[in-house]
Amino acid sequence: MTAGPAAPGRKLRRVRFASSVGFWLLGIPLALFIAFIVYLCIYLFQNGMSVISWAFLTQAPTKGMTAGGIWPCIVGTVLVTFVSLIFSVPIGVFSAIYLSEYAPANFVTRAIRSSIRSLAGIPSIVYGLFGVALFVSALKLGLSIAASGLTLGLMNLPWIIATAEEAISAIPGSFREGALALGTTKWEAIRYNVLPYALPGILTGVLLALARTMGETAPILFTGVTYYTRQLPTSFSSKFMALPYHLFTLATQHDKLLEVRPIAFGTAIVLLVLVLLFDAAAFVFRLRFAGANKWQV
Amino acid sequence: MTQIKIAVDKLNLWFGDNHVLKDVSLSVPPNAVTAIMGPSGCGKSTLLRTINRMNDLILGTRVTGRIVMDGEDILADSTDVIELRKRVGMVFQKPNPFPKSIFENIAFGPRIHHLGAGSEIAERVERTLVAANLWDEVKDRLHDNAFCLSGGQQQRLCMARCLSVEPEVILLDEPASALDPLSSARLEELIGQLKKDYTIVIVTHNMQQAARVSDWCAFLMLGELVEFDRTDRIFTKPGDKRTEDFLSGRFG
Repeated sequence: MTAGPAAPGRKLRRVRFASSVGFWLLGIPLALFIAFIVYLCIYLFQNGMSVISWAFLTQAPTKGMTAGGIWPCIVGTVLVTFVSLIFSVPIGVFSAIYLSEYAPANFVTRAIRSSIRSLAGIPSIVYGLFGVALFVSALKLGLSIAASGLTLGLMNLPWIIATAEEAISAIPGSFREGALALGTTKWEAIRYNVLPYALPGILTGVLLALARTMGETAPILFTGVTYYTRQLPTSFSSKFMALPYHLFTLATQHDKLLEVRPIAFGTAIVLLVLVLLFDAAAFVFRLRFAGANKWQV
Repeated sequence: MTQIKIAVDKLNLWFGDNHVLKDVSLSVPPNAVTAIMGPSGCGKSTLLRTINRMNDLILGTRVTGRIVMDGEDILADSTDVIELRKRVGMVFQKPNPFPKSIFENIAFGPRIHHLGAGSEIAERVERTLVAANLWDEVKDRLHDNAFCLSGGQQQRLCMARCLSVEPEVILLDEPASALDPLSSARLEELIGQLKKDYTIVIVTHNMQQAARVSDWCAFLMLGELVEFDRTDRIFTKPGDKRTEDFLSGRFG
């Protein structure tokens, strides 16, 4: 028991060894993951950057898609994403408020909650088929932006409900109690003293849904996306082109696969950057809110 | 006791099958501090939370008996709970400022209840902060987040927030239990000041605190009211063996 700092004892050496093993065991996977992301970005940009130009972003594809740009795809993707969020965010957030604040804690609520979790795990192609049956055929929306957007919205809904509910339940009960003790109604307590603080968390859920929506191919495949249209969509009942489907087409369906490969990579870059832009916007938004949310520290 | 603000009459309360309050009857005088003390788990917080119906929020609560305030049974179904909670304010055990600025914390209640607008709200904020002995400490940083305040200041902020909607009764649920002795002393000083305008009921398991701040004192054990009397009498001549044991530190 006299081991000084110069000669650490056996026990201390063993502890140090164990903790450095732990460090590497946890650190290496993270480093690998980061390396993978960096490699992915470099690979994409090396192969696709050559086609990126202002014209590529603002023109329609020409010459059998071997030239021109991807403007219609950008428009189509933004429009379906817009429709899906218009549909799923209000319904999702209101459902989450009901589930976390109003629903009785009983078997039915638990069953609903776990069903929502399961729905989030259903493959997107299944939503695509369901969208054909419900929106395209039964509701007679046809192959359209509306049908695709609603299908995507349906797919998003469980994600948004689950994350929003989590964000709302994470707000300390003392905020609700404090407001109620001042004589607010239950809704006032939720509206003014819970939702504002849950907003960043809700937004994170919406963003995850948004990124997924922009990149999904399967749900729009049967419900309105098209290989090529000459004009931009004129209404929500038009067919449309979309970035992920365009990428799929160029990568696997085109006659001149190798010739259009750079355009495929360019499309992938645009899709990636578009998602990142939304992420960045939300990040800025969260930062502005973070100032008011000091209770988290 | 000549005047009675709140009369609790044969109050029984169950959480599910758990019989928490048993035939509790006591009278709370106006413009005085009434302390409810007793060992942990004796139901003192529950009794307090019955007076502003906060127990309504807990599923499976059943209450019998009456609590009459100014001639009205506040446990009746016809009671407007929102109005009741405006008249009967509450400060909790752990300071729970809202994650807003100091100003917005106080303005929250008056805005909800439409007690004026603009400059009237600002005046009210100042008035309540002054009343809560907090104004001098925060007047230069009203728009800082309330979480920047120390624990004791946060609790006085919660007091001010409670005063902001002009209650008649203030319920204090072990308000000093999370505070250091100095902050505690300041809070007790404040309680002493406020009793000339308000009826105050304070729950505490700290008997010295009860002795210091209260005029009347109830001793609760296992959901039963053991004794209720003037504080000086309870502490000098307890009428019940159990009260005496508790006060002499034999349990609790």
